Amino acid sequence: MFDFLTPTVQKAMLTATWETLEMTLISGVVTAVVGLVLGILLHVTGKDGLAPIRWLNVVLSGVIVNITRSIPFAILMVALIPFAALIVGTSLGPVAASVSLTLGTIPFFARLVETALRDVSSGKVDAALVMGSTKMQVIRKVMVPEAMPGIVAAITTTVVTLIGYSAMAGLVGGGGLGRMAYNYGYTRYNPEIMILTIIIMVIMVQLVQMIGDAIARKVDHR
Amino acid sequence: MITVSDLRKVYRQGNNEVVALAGVSLEVPTGKIHGIVGHSGAGKSTLVRCLTLLDQPTSGTVAVNGKELTNVSASELRDARRRIGMVFQHANLFDSRTTEENVGYPLELTGTPKNEIKTKVAQLLELVGLDKFAKAYPSQLSGGQRQRVGIARALATDPDVLLCDEPTSALDPKTTDEILELVKELRGRLNITVLIITHEMHVVKQACDSVSLLEGGKIVEHGDIASVISNAKGRLAQTLMPLPGDAPRSAGSGTILDLLYTGDQATEPVISSLSRQFNIDVNVLAGSVEQLSDQQYAHLRIQLPAGINEQEIINHLQSNGIAVTVKGTK
Repeated sequence: MFDFLTPTVQKAMLTATWETLEMTLISGVVTAVVGLVLGILLHVTGKDGLAPIRWLNVVLSGVIVNITRSIPFAILMVALIPFAALIVGTSLGPVAASVSLTLGTIPFFARLVETALRDVSSGKVDAALVMGSTKMQVIRKVMVPEAMPGIVAAITTTVVTLIGYSAMAGLVGGGGLGRMAYNYGYTRYNPEIMILTIIIMVIMVQLVQMIGDAIARKVDHR
Repeated sequence: MITVSDLRKVYRQGNNEVVALAGVSLEVPTGKIHGIVGHSGAGKSTLVRCLTLLDQPTSGTVAVNGKELTNVSASELRDARRRIGMVFQHANLFDSRTTEENVGYPLELTGTPKNEIKTKVAQLLELVGLDKFAKAYPSQLSGGQRQRVGIARALATDPDVLLCDEPTSALDPKTTDEILELVKELRGRLNITVLIITHEMHVVKQACDSVSLLEGGKIVEHGDIASVISNAKGRLAQTLMPLPGDAPRSAGSGTILDLLYTGDQATEPVISSLSRQFNIDVNVLAGSVEQLSDQQYAHLRIQLPAGINEQEIINHLQSNGIAVTVKGTK
């Protein structure tokens, strides 16, 4: 039954799994950090935000986030290949793919963060201000901690999305399980390998979701 | 002491100007509890937001112990805000923090050392009777307990003024009285000035030394409880000491009088002495007698017999310090 798992295929499968993990991890971490900052900026510069700055909000929300989000990921990824090459010196491999993955998911994650922050009641922000907090203290000590359950859920959703996107990235030189499924499963017509890659990805997604939910429960005291 | 002078707030709505506060002035001396009552739309919320400078007033000033909050820099304003402790309708606690972390929050802001925060928070929690709930999260507390945490948090910076915005409106009657008792007790222990904004007359009766009626962005009536109640023509007297809702406006014949009186007179047998002195039968149609902040107050509707010199009786009552309103004859 496991005849198809020749030593070569086994090795390729391990490498591919690692590459997928690598892409997800790199782009996940960078997206979480940059996207969190962008999400906070989207929220606080908004009309009813803590520090409304109209022009900045228009640039961030209307121009950067909306335009990036309206380009289909497959196209965005190809379009960003030269940019990835400029940054990491090559357009091939998981690190190069991570550049496009990250740029593609930051706006998505930032929107989710913005929504989570919007759910923090204005009364809490007022309370923090009345107690003499600076705006920075309101953001760091009140808004972000209060929105943490939502932010954790947003990270989970984003990482799951990244696992899917990373398969697509594999097709344009990123490697990973997507590449594996395509090369072995599709072009060499080896359905067992196709199914195995799918199973590995399903397990990855399940694990991420489980861990994410567990963390969200832990930080949620509402 | 908190001093508010000629506070105005005008909002622009398109081409229209909406006057939310039309010149509010008031002064609450140290150690007093002052109530501001008004219906929704009277400008209470705007007043609260302007007092704490959450909204910038269009003109006018707010000062705590002579120190102005208006027209100061952002960092001076943050310092000034620590002189005002604020209690909110829904407590507005931070759900991600335990009771002690919530109460310690204002102290964290100023970089107070951890052990000092710990001591202070323990004292505050004992003061509001929640020392056993230090590690609980707000979601594990009842509404009354959450409000106690809110009060402890408001007191963390040793403010001069405690500003309570509808502090009991989300609570049941029993918890309301407990919270008001706590506020009165704290006023006694800390000699703090308290300002309570509310739509509940019950709160004023239970806790306040003086009261202002806010209407259309203006204070239309104000004074200490005894003086507003004895002003029979005022609206506060009618709402603070209402007659029962179904008080008859007439019964038989004879003039109907509404009497409002306070303190010493309330304990006097006003009606029976009236009967004896003028040798008449007085019919009591409705009435309420209440004890508010150690004072007796009475509001009675009586009917005099027909065919007597009622002006003489009215004069007699008024000379005894009783406010009389003639309701009509039948």
